[in-house]
Amino acid sequence: MTAKFENPTQDPVALRLVLSVVAIGFVALFLVLPLLIVFKEALADGLGKAFNAIIEPDALSSVRVSLLAAGIAVPLNTLFGISAAWAVAKHDFPGKTILVTLIDLPFSVSPVVSGLIYVLVFGLQGWFGSYLLDHDVHILFALPGIVLATIFVTFPFVARELIPLMVDQGRDEEEAAISLGASGFSTFCRVTLPNIKWGLLYAVLLCNARALGEFGAVSVVSGHIRGQTNTMPLHVELLYNNYDYVGAFAVAALLALLALLTLVFKSILEWRYADQLAAMHRH
Amino acid sequence: MSAFGLALTPMKLRQRRVLPGFGLSLGFTIFYLTVIVLIPLTALVIRPFELGFGGFWAAITTPRVLASLRLSFGMAAFAAVIDSFFGFIIAWVLVRYRFPGKGLLDALIDLPFALPTAVAGIALSTLYAPNGWIGGLLIPYGIRIAYTPWGVLVAMTFIGLPFTVRTLQPVMSEQSQDVEEAAATLGATRAQTIFRVVVPMLLPALLTGTAMAFARGAGEYGSIIFLAGNLPMISEIAPLLIITKLEQYDYAGAAAIGVVMLAASFVMLLALNALQSWAARRR
Repeated sequence: MTAKFENPTQDPVALRLVLSVVAIGFVALFLVLPLLIVFKEALADGLGKAFNAIIEPDALSSVRVSLLAAGIAVPLNTLFGISAAWAVAKHDFPGKTILVTLIDLPFSVSPVVSGLIYVLVFGLQGWFGSYLLDHDVHILFALPGIVLATIFVTFPFVARELIPLMVDQGRDEEEAAISLGASGFSTFCRVTLPNIKWGLLYAVLLCNARALGEFGAVSVVSGHIRGQTNTMPLHVELLYNNYDYVGAFAVAALLALLALLTLVFKSILEWRYADQLAAMHRH
Repeated sequence: MSAFGLALTPMKLRQRRVLPGFGLSLGFTIFYLTVIVLIPLTALVIRPFELGFGGFWAAITTPRVLASLRLSFGMAAFAAVIDSFFGFIIAWVLVRYRFPGKGLLDALIDLPFALPTAVAGIALSTLYAPNGWIGGLLIPYGIRIAYTPWGVLVAMTFIGLPFTVRTLQPVMSEQSQDVEEAAATLGATRAQTIFRVVVPMLLPALLTGTAMAFARGAGEYGSIIFLAGNLPMISEIAPLLIITKLEQYDYAGAAAIGVVMLAASFVMLLALNALQSWAARRR
């Protein structure tokens, strides 16, 4: 009987083969090929040319602007995410569902609209435009605008990973710590933080990748001043539109390497801390 | 632990909040949400109505605006359907089958999340250009993708794929195979089991992923503009038209399109919430 037995939940071999080929083929065509072409084009004139395009002053300036914007946006959003998750997961209050939905909102807003809203607030014809002009404060077409747009597009990343995780972990451990006389701060540092650290790291990693790579929102507010307000993705666009393909793809390859590094770390975290991360994705 | 928790219950009733930091965390959360998200979004919603409702209506019903909205939403729907089809197969292969390189395939799925959209845009544009690796293969058949509306579709399919795969995957792996065995013992063929038992059970996740891919595609900018050619009335997406209007200092016109896109994302958000509660009820 065992020889004849076919597992009814297993697909026939032919179907398995076809579906595997379709899946791998689609991923190869739509995901792997674009990745390959980035490195192929970057190295079209040799490694030296690509390297020169990256250490050229305007490119380095774009790296600096990107790192600075992400360096401000990611810690702020991390602080916000922890604070929002603490409020939502560890306390009861009316309107919680609305708050969580509002936190998620920036995810479904088009990147261009994310930039547009700050133009409408701080632009010359915006709410505070003339006030800012009179006081010589530059927000648009300067770093503050880029930071604001970056904060907006990465706004929910940390909060939406931490909220389900902390809801899942409940309040018992913190309540025990408090009832044993620990202060709120040391309860957070010594009870909550160790419980959420891998989930937090995971969220910060994704938040950072998006912050470094954001294009649409930043494009609207940056003003594209070469060597001053161009981020790395904007520098890629500028070089590409100037037909400097090797330069564009060299900077693009740097961004692609960062993306691959992010994926590697993400996979390691997912594999190593599957339990904790699974709690976040079950919701 | 549970006995201890039970003993605490009467105390919890008297002392409403056991854990500290409620005021601080909720206060900071609401402040940050208001400054970063709510005030700027209000600026967007109010702006187009400075010309009255008639002015708003006139701004969004010009043929060029209508064509761009139709392109963004129409192609996003098309791309979401493609993503849901191939996303289903990929998720199925990843959850059900075992083969070498599966971990790599799994990690690659997130590439469109991690890769900056501008990098994806120039890579896709190079691949699908008439002299590119893929574009060159299609030219003899008279098929052009780059610089046509089909370029919009390709870019949207690229960025939407992870949404369908990643919403289906956890649901598929949690789904018990008992029901499939039950169907098989009751005499169902494998095809009947899949289409009448498995797929209906996965329907909420499939629809959620499709809706997310659609929302992301409709708002997408970075990966499309390099590939689409951006011809007004033909391959000009709505987010690009917002930027064009901003460059012409037509803030109200830009905001009018932004409001339509925001309204669409609101509807999608509500639909997603409804889908999720439907899925929860079915569980």
